[in-house]
Amino acid sequence: MVNTRVTLCGIELDNPIIPASGTFGYGYEFAELYDINILGTFSFKGTTREARFGNPTPRIAEYAGGLLNSVGLQNPGVDAVIAEELPKLGRVFHKPVMANVSGFSVAEYAEVCERLDAQEQVGWLEVNISCPNVHGGGAAFGAEPESAAQVTRAVKAVTKKPVIMKLSPAAADIAAVARACEDAGADGISLINTLPGMRIDLKRRAPLLANGMGGMSGPGIFPLAVRMVYQVYEAVSIPIVGMGGVCYAEDVLELMLAGATAVGVGAANLTEPMVCKHIIENMPAVMERYGIKNITDIIGGAHHG
Amino acid sequence: MKQTELTIIENLPLCADVYRMVLAGDTSAVTAPGQFVNLKLDGFFLRRPISVCDWDTGQLSIIYKVVGRGTAAMARLHPGAVLDTLTGLGNGYDLSLSGKHPLLVGGGVGVPPLYGLAKRLIAQGKRVTAVLGFEHADNILLADDFRALGASVILTTADGSVGIRGFVTNGMAEAGEYTYLYTCGPEPMLRAVYDACRTSGQFSFEERMGCGFGACMGCTCRTKYGNKRICKDGPVLQKEEIVW
Repeated sequence: MVNTRVTLCGIELDNPIIPASGTFGYGYEFAELYDINILGTFSFKGTTREARFGNPTPRIAEYAGGLLNSVGLQNPGVDAVIAEELPKLGRVFHKPVMANVSGFSVAEYAEVCERLDAQEQVGWLEVNISCPNVHGGGAAFGAEPESAAQVTRAVKAVTKKPVIMKLSPAAADIAAVARACEDAGADGISLINTLPGMRIDLKRRAPLLANGMGGMSGPGIFPLAVRMVYQVYEAVSIPIVGMGGVCYAEDVLELMLAGATAVGVGAANLTEPMVCKHIIENMPAVMERYGIKNITDIIGGAHHG
Repeated sequence: MKQTELTIIENLPLCADVYRMVLAGDTSAVTAPGQFVNLKLDGFFLRRPISVCDWDTGQLSIIYKVVGRGTAAMARLHPGAVLDTLTGLGNGYDLSLSGKHPLLVGGGVGVPPLYGLAKRLIAQGKRVTAVLGFEHADNILLADDFRALGASVILTTADGSVGIRGFVTNGMAEAGEYTYLYTCGPEPMLRAVYDACRTSGQFSFEERMGCGFGACMGCTCRTKYGNKRICKDGPVLQKEEIVW
C-alpha cells in the first residue's frame, strides 16, 4: 500500500491532484462523468469583483503541444459566485475547495479575497497575479517582486485562510517574485500560469485569437513548469503547487521531485475530461514502480546539496 | 455527455472536401438533433467537434468538410479505426415548438444536423419544408435524402447552377407559410435568415471550442438572457435571445 496523502498549507489532501483554475469550471460538468470527490481538491474559475464576459471570440487556438486561450477571466463576479456557484458546487464536491481570485487593483484583490475567505467551503485562496489575458491587471502584478508583494500583503491583511500566490512564467525572475511573496506573508506559491503566445490565421492573415495573444498551456509547457518549480523550490520554503502541462501520474511525480507539494492539472481536463481520475487511479502503480511508499517523501527529491 | 469509443464503419467523400463518416458504438447520450460529438484524433491536442447528422441505437453519422489539418486527418481514417469520442454534447433542437409546418434552412455543412431534425419532425407527422443552400451544384449535400424523408426541398446555389440563384433567403421567399424555423449554417447566413424569418425559431451557432462540454468558457457568446457557452448552453439558441 502506498500513501498518496499530502498536506498543503495545513490542510490534508487525499492525493496531490488539483484540477487547475479555468479548466474545471465549478466542477459540475466533470461531476457528470465521475465522482470528483476523489480529487485532492480543485481550484475553481478565477473570480473578480464584477461579472466579466471576458475577451471577444475566437478565444481558443491549438498548437502541437496544447492550446492557447484568451478567455480573459469570464466569471459571474464574486457576489454571484457566493450566492449561486458555491451552493451548487457544494452539492457535488464535499472537500475544501481552492478559490481562485483575480483583480485589477490591489484593493479589488483584497476585497474579493475577504469575501471568499468568509465562505466555509473555501480551504485556500489562490491569488492569480499572472493572467496574461487582461490589460492593467493580472500578470502586471506578478511581473515584479514589489507589486507581487503588495498584493500579497493586502490579501493577507484581510484573510485567515492560506494564501497561495499564482505566478507567471513571463516574470523576468520568477524566483525573486516567489521570494517577495513569501516575505510578504504568502502561505504557498502556485506556478506556472499560461505563457503568452500567438497563432496567425492563414486565411485572414491576422492573429487567430480575437485578442491577439493568448496563454499557452498543455504538455508543450511541461518542461518549463518543471524548470520553474525547481528554481522556485530553491528560493522559498513555503509549499509549491506545481502545474503546467501535466497529463500523467509520472508528470505529477516529476513536478513533486522538482519541489511541488501538490500538482495542478489544467489543459488536459479539457481534452480528456477524466484525466484526473486516471492519474489518481494510476498513481499507486506508478509510485510502486519507482519505489515510492509515501508521496511526501519525494517532494524536492531532485535537489541534491 | 458520455465518453466512449466509436468504431468507423464508413468514411467516404460525398462531394469535394466533404465526407460522411458512420460510427458504431454507444450512442445513448445523443438525445436531440443538433447535438454534436467531439472526436479525439491522433496527433492533435484538441478534439474536433462535429454535429451529428443522424443516429439510431448503436450507430451515428457525421458529415464534415476538410478545412484544415485536423479534418484532413479525419478524411484519411479507414473503417475499423476506433475514435475516443465525447458524445451527446450541446442542447440540440427542441422539436416541441415546431408547429405543424416547420421550415428548415441550412447552408453548406450546416445542412447535415437538419437532416436528423427533419427525420424526427416528419416522424411526428409535421409537414417539413427544407431550404438548402450551396455554392455550386457540385457542393449539394443530402437534397435527395431530405426528399426521401418526404420533405419539400427548395435548393439554392450562389451561382445558379441548380435551383434558385442566390442565397437561402431567396429560397425562403419561395417557401410560403411556415409555423416555425430551424436553421444551421455560417454566421452571415444565420444573420440573413434571422432578418428574413417571420416566425420564432432556433438557430445553431458555431464557435472555436476548447473542451466542448462547458468547462473552459472558450466559446461564450452574449445573449439577451446572459452569457451562454455555445458548446453547453447551445449550440442552438432561441431566436428571441440572440444578440448579433
